Amino acid sequence: MKEAEIRKLLAANLLSVFSVVLSAVVPAFFWDGFTVLGTHLAWLCICSVCVSTLNIILHLVLKPNLSPKRSSFAHKISRFLKCCIYFFMSCILFHAIIVLYGAPLIESVTETFLFAVLLSAFTTLQCLCMLGPNIQAWIRVFSKNGAMSIWESSLQITTMCSILGAWFGAFPIPLDWDRPWQV
Amino acid sequence: LATSQPRHARLYRFRADAPTTTMQRIKGLTTGSLPTFIDVGSNFATYAIQEDNLLAQLVQNGRRVVFMGDDTWEGLFPKKFFRSYFFPSFNVKDLHTVDDGILQHLYPTVDSGEWDVLIAHFLGVDHCGHKHGPDHPEMAKKLTQMNEMLRSLVDHLGNDTLLLVAGDHGMTQTGDHGGDSEKEVNAALFVYSKTPLFSTGLPEEPETVPQVNLVPTVALLLGVPIPYSNIGEVMAELFSGDGDAVSAALQQLSVYHINAKQVDRFLHSYSLVAQDLPADQLQHLRELFSSTVEEHTRLLAQMQEATLVPAELESRLGSLIRRFQLYLQEARAVCTQSWARFHPLRMVGGCTLIAASCLLCYVASELATASDSFYRSCLLYPLLWSLVVAVLLGLARAFTQEGLDILLVSSWAAAASQLGFFWYWWGQHPKRAHLVGSQPPLASIGLRQRLRAWLGLAFPMGILLFRCGAMFSDSFVVAEARVAPFLLASLVMLLVGKLHWDGHLTVPEGPKQQLLGFSSYRREIWYLLCLMAALLVCVRLSGFFHQCREEIPQCQPSLFLSPLASLRNTRAKNLFYLLCVALLAGLVYAVRSWLRHYGNLNSSEPLVLFVRWGFPLVVLCIACYWAVASSADDSLGKLQELVQVAVVVFPWAVYGLASVGLLLLLCNPMTVFAKDTREPAGSIVTPYLGVPSSEVDFLHVIPQIYKRMQESQKSRLEQGSCRATVAAYGLGSVYSAALVIALTLLGFLLMLLHSERLSLAFLLLFLEAFVLLHMHARARGLAGDAEPFSVPWYAVISWLLAASQFFYSTGHQPIFPAIHWNAAFVGFHLDHSTNLLPAVLVGANTFASHILFAVGCPLLLLWPFVCEMPSLQKRKPKKEPREELQEVEEHMMEMRLRESPEKFSTALLQLGLKYLFVLGTQLLACVCAAMILRRHLMVWKVFAPKFLFESLGFVVSSICLLLGISLVMRVDCAVSTWFSQLQLR
Repeated sequence: MKEAEIRKLLAANLLSVFSVVLSAVVPAFFWDGFTVLGTHLAWLCICSVCVSTLNIILHLVLKPNLSPKRSSFAHKISRFLKCCIYFFMSCILFHAIIVLYGAPLIESVTETFLFAVLLSAFTTLQCLCMLGPNIQAWIRVFSKNGAMSIWESSLQITTMCSILGAWFGAFPIPLDWDRPWQV
Repeated sequence: LATSQPRHARLYRFRADAPTTTMQRIKGLTTGSLPTFIDVGSNFATYAIQEDNLLAQLVQNGRRVVFMGDDTWEGLFPKKFFRSYFFPSFNVKDLHTVDDGILQHLYPTVDSGEWDVLIAHFLGVDHCGHKHGPDHPEMAKKLTQMNEMLRSLVDHLGNDTLLLVAGDHGMTQTGDHGGDSEKEVNAALFVYSKTPLFSTGLPEEPETVPQVNLVPTVALLLGVPIPYSNIGEVMAELFSGDGDAVSAALQQLSVYHINAKQVDRFLHSYSLVAQDLPADQLQHLRELFSSTVEEHTRLLAQMQEATLVPAELESRLGSLIRRFQLYLQEARAVCTQSWARFHPLRMVGGCTLIAASCLLCYVASELATASDSFYRSCLLYPLLWSLVVAVLLGLARAFTQEGLDILLVSSWAAAASQLGFFWYWWGQHPKRAHLVGSQPPLASIGLRQRLRAWLGLAFPMGILLFRCGAMFSDSFVVAEARVAPFLLASLVMLLVGKLHWDGHLTVPEGPKQQLLGFSSYRREIWYLLCLMAALLVCVRLSGFFHQCREEIPQCQPSLFLSPLASLRNTRAKNLFYLLCVALLAGLVYAVRSWLRHYGNLNSSEPLVLFVRWGFPLVVLCIACYWAVASSADDSLGKLQELVQVAVVVFPWAVYGLASVGLLLLLCNPMTVFAKDTREPAGSIVTPYLGVPSSEVDFLHVIPQIYKRMQESQKSRLEQGSCRATVAAYGLGSVYSAALVIALTLLGFLLMLLHSERLSLAFLLLFLEAFVLLHMHARARGLAGDAEPFSVPWYAVISWLLAASQFFYSTGHQPIFPAIHWNAAFVGFHLDHSTNLLPAVLVGANTFASHILFAVGCPLLLLWPFVCEMPSLQKRKPKKEPREELQEVEEHMMEMRLRESPEKFSTALLQLGLKYLFVLGTQLLACVCAAMILRRHLMVWKVFAPKFLFESLGFVVSSICLLLGISLVMRVDCAVSTWFSQLQLR
């Protein structure tokens, strides 16, 4: 049982990594002039779409949280809508936080927002898939000794590392290696 | 003129060397050497030039030098002038005095002909740039005036006169100078004479001439020796005369020869003294020089024999001139490259000293709680040690008849004291280890606890590490204005996240709930989240007040930095003015209502009266001053004189009021109103002991006395009339109240020194400090710390990060052009008599946030006690009267500190040491960066100024920290006397 779960988890994470890499490499074949840095907006879009579809598919296939009770169709729809609303809200929230951390308010709004979407795809979407729109469960998972299954601890780790990575991503911003005197 | 008479006049681009401050430029223009950077600080405290210079040579050779204008020259060249007209230069707001004075004397002097060299240093344009910026109508007026002056001066010139018009430096977009950006180092040089000077016509693009080149040129033109330390190159064109090409070239050649010989002599003697010029380059230069000179002598010999055809002669002359030029240029390049000398040994020594002090602060802050004998052994003895060493060293030096180097002696003394400290610490260490060893089970627990504590430390220390690491990269230093808020925001987020992670935010629930996977937040979480959001917004908003560095080309300096006077749109000006005044009033209102909330505004002591009536008065004065200062210069017409007076009077009123307030605060810092409701002869009933049988018991009662009127009444009602008590209002927050009042007064003073719209930044500063304190208190309350007397590291670090963040947000940058020199003239319309006062004013302006945060540092310790109140108040009505007693006990707030005085003082010491440690680590990083990267490309532009600013900030912060802590101690004394008085009654 546990072995199987770990294998599943490994496969899921590997797939996620693979999708990110693919999203950087594959579009170059279809689209002339695509580079990650050159057309960063397009890449951000593609990457977040890739990751979110993959997450949803994985969730549907693997079903890590086995909900015992079967629910009605209407219930499912409402759940789905709630998830969408939560996702959107998390995008807005991330956007606000990024701006508060010092991103420009008006110029390059699209970049900031797409970055927020990407970050949400990495963090919020996974939580939504795994835990559903259930704030209490989220709070439980993200506190000490809160994770109760291997899936949940993996969730903890990936989410925190995403946020940490985004935080570290701010470090190279002030570097001025592109100036003329830096030969 | 240059176009109409191309052979008479020429315009050059005149390149100054950094730093472009006036005194350095004057030095450069007269000695012809490069300035050392440290001189900038003494820009306004000039001392005579010791080196050989142009003026000295002129005077030695009996030339008559007449000077008029900037009195900086007087300090540099005392008694050198044949005749002089000095005018005060320091007041940058005064546009006309110097220029009008010069104009008055210029023409008569020129016409009288009693001079060989006449120097006229105009300052109007420079001052105008400082005050209004380069694109202001005033500047146009000033430039027109200068143009008129030149035009009429040209008419006055004799035929044998050379007119040189030069700017000593350029100015940045904001009108300042001092750095080395393209705009600052470029000025113009205009050469004109009534006799034709130039053989060729006008070149298309003006040539670029380094500023030092003027020195040998003028010297040789006037026929005096070139100053000894000159490294400039003559401007050969001026020597061409009006003969044919060959004679012109010969003349130029001889001039070059003299110049090169002089430079070679200087370089030779310099390299003998100091070894910092690279040897191979020096060798190369020497070879070049000797070969060129040989060539020259050979050529001259051939000339005398007259064996050469003119064409060949011309080409050889040309090549020779080029070689001389090459030599001179290379020599200058070598000198520019390495013109600073370093003392590696002293640098390393200083670094280790700072590192050791940091370590000492850390160890001491950890130890402070450990033992009582600690003070005497660890702090007092080392001081004695240091004194002994200092005296010994001083005696040794005195006996050996060497010059006493105060710096060395003091550093040795400090080192000795630190050694002493570590010695004692080491001595104590085994003892404690032994103690721990005797109880093995305890030790293992201690180890685990220590490990956990280390992990807890890792977050804030990691942030601190990032901050220190950022000092080592020039781009991070350049971007520090944004790095500090980023780290602050991260630290705060981390704090909240950690609280959540540890489960302090959720309601402790039963096992049943936990199984279901539900957990709900306490109500405080929303409060905490709101605080965090407010803090983040504050941090973000403060980013709008940044000054620009030239390294970031696309940056636009904040609108708010320029004074209101430079705003041309009247409506916007009025609007901003009203906004600023309203904010000031709001600040006063907030402080007053805070004090009222804690009951500190009830008494009729002079201090409280001052807070009530003095604060609005101060605000009124500041508002009036702003109104007067921001009004347009000429619009008031007749009222001009009145305005002149008002500009001086209002700031003085503010200074006076603020100092009166601070004095009152020192004399009587009690903001407590005692209401004696005891029965005159009745027995005093204490909450738990009945009649106080001894004085000790009595002392115990008083801290438990209620803070507010209602409470005391209510409790009296509840507990019946069996008890009479002394109601003291505001006793619970007596320490913080004093600090808050002091901070507000300081804030007013500093706001006065800044430009009007920066008061918004100050408001943000106060708000952010308030929010930080509240968060800290809340976090403490939630985490339920075991030891309330120690301030955690994250609080100290976030406090310091906020301080450095607001250094930038009050419109400063660690570069010299960004210093707000205007601050020196707040309240002083005319020149200063000494240099001390303006230095203090400018320093206070620059380090405003350091001062405020350092003085407010003890609040970190006090605030959690103050904030105990509200949460308990809510629960109070529900409690049974019997439990009331316990409640009452918890109302003591800061009076808890009174209960254990030695703990209180230890906590203060510990807080101070922690603050110093964090400050010292930053300084250490800065020093190391400056030391390791001393050959870096950006060292003079980035690291050295940063290091200077950081160290000055460190000194200012530590002094203010001491002041803040001593203020708290003073309040403590006052409280004790108050208690003893109460007891006597």
